[in-house]
Amino acid sequence: MSNVGPVLELRNLTKDYPGHRALDGVSLEAPPGAFYALLGPSGCGKTTTLRLIAGFEPPTAGDIFLGGERINDRRPYERNVSTVFQNYALFPHLTVRGNVEYGLRRRGFDGLERRVREVLELVQLTGKDSRYPSEISGGERQRAALARSLVLAPDVLLLDEPLSALDPNLRKQVRAELKQLQRRVGITFLFVTHDQEEALSLSDRVAVMHRGRIEQIGAPEDVYLRPRTRFVASFLGAVNWLDGAGIRPEATRISRTAPAAGTRSLPATVERCVFLGNCLQVEARLATGQTVVAETSRLDGGFTAGESVHLWWRAADELLFPAEG
Amino acid sequence: MKRLRRAFLAPAWAVIGALFLGPLALVGLYSFLTRGAYGGLGQPWTLENYTRLLDPLYGAILVRSFLMAGAATAVCLLLAFPVALWIARAGPRRNLYLQLVIIPFWTSFLVRTYAWMFLLRDTGLFNTALQALGLIDEPLPLLYTPGAVLLGLVYGFLPFMVLPVYAALERIDRNLLEASADLGARPWATLTRIVIPLSAPGIRAGAVLVFIPCLGAYLTPDLLGGGKQIMIGNLIQNQFTTARDWPFGSAVSLALMLAAMALLVLFARRGAKELL
Repeated sequence: MSNVGPVLELRNLTKDYPGHRALDGVSLEAPPGAFYALLGPSGCGKTTTLRLIAGFEPPTAGDIFLGGERINDRRPYERNVSTVFQNYALFPHLTVRGNVEYGLRRRGFDGLERRVREVLELVQLTGKDSRYPSEISGGERQRAALARSLVLAPDVLLLDEPLSALDPNLRKQVRAELKQLQRRVGITFLFVTHDQEEALSLSDRVAVMHRGRIEQIGAPEDVYLRPRTRFVASFLGAVNWLDGAGIRPEATRISRTAPAAGTRSLPATVERCVFLGNCLQVEARLATGQTVVAETSRLDGGFTAGESVHLWWRAADELLFPAEG
Repeated sequence: MKRLRRAFLAPAWAVIGALFLGPLALVGLYSFLTRGAYGGLGQPWTLENYTRLLDPLYGAILVRSFLMAGAATAVCLLLAFPVALWIARAGPRRNLYLQLVIIPFWTSFLVRTYAWMFLLRDTGLFNTALQALGLIDEPLPLLYTPGAVLLGLVYGFLPFMVLPVYAALERIDRNLLEASADLGARPWATLTRIVIPLSAPGIRAGAVLVFIPCLGAYLTPDLLGGGKQIMIGNLIQNQFTTARDWPFGSAVSLALMLAAMALLVLFARRGAKELL
């Protein structure tokens, strides 16, 4: 495929289950080599989207294009996409090697030995090839599942919450490895997650989903700094809602003296000051009774409960949603 | 504590001892005795009952029993696997279908076997229906054939294959089947490479549960085979009734039991735990 068109395109994808609509007109385009995140809370339709692309379920309406070809009517084994399942779904009766060879054998590829060796090297599983899935660690299982899919050189690799089954300490490390791996193989990754930090740090493009629809598509900075809806704003991070505008805690400043003219400010009373290591989290109450959270530098000194302070922010840091009214 | 445990286990041991181990010991004892003048038990102690088993006449019965039990097991597996697979994928109605599999047990096996006699005999349902349709002139000889015995055994023991195979299939993670298709496997490859290997424990359990009782079957060959194609079970029964040769009957019983146990041990190598 030499053209620069999207490798994967969804057009108005809709999926109905008895009694509810899981997907409602989802459209997106993934450029070749992208690390694309589908981000949303559970039940937002992100996993359904993945299953429709893989071909496990048929869409109710809409089209799926892979490399420019409509693949709606192809069976899963006829689509050049591959899935890394949330629980990895490694075949328990086959060794790591058996799992990695499985797809190659089904597709009748030659050069089995070399390709298997290369991909095991790529995911650093060399030497574990004769182990069974039950005999390797969680991180190794995840890499075996990746290897099993990557060895087929799919047009798009679908990853369903690939990090959620790992223990939290391992997660950050694996995140970095995954990003590096994607750059090396150059395959388009479409991954589903409910963790906004994961989506922001891994992907170069994020589609935020809510109730079966895509709320916003953009680069990580776009969706975080310029959210189009209140949902996107609050799903991607904490927000203080002040006078109809949203202000992120790290953009909410706090001072003992009245701030300079030209900034927006509100008087408040400090309720609590929590030491978070890299910053201080100050909870303050406005005259209206609303609680506002501000994150300030530890170097600016602490605040004590009961203190009268001024909360202020720059107009440029306000998140506004004129479209929502 | 230990004493208490023993006290609670005592009833179970008493039942096992009185109803299982005791009779078994008796049968073992009888098998080394000689047939009495009027059919009872007599002296001297002997091994003759066992050497008699080597007679080609009995060898043929033994071979026929193994073949019949093997065939019944194979047919049961072929029939039960698709049914079990279908039930395992039936969603919320699974329990209903499982109940249906078990329903035949609500009636005595004897009554159900008699029912087959009524269906298969010359004036039975099948023959009269085929004649009424003009497909045949003379009734087909259905009853009192090896086929009738096989049919009866398969019919009787099919649920014992369906249930363990179902249990094994039901445990297979759906994601594995999706993963297989995702990796390029057509349905047949998924069946042979993933589903069947992963249901092997259930297949083994079902095979044992069908094969062993079929091997010792007595009622089915007697009623549906008409006593023409006798199996080990009939041989044993004959020795205890018509032939009044208890020692030989005991020897055959023990030989059958040992053969069955040998088979079980063979299977146990590949995980008898699955049976329990």
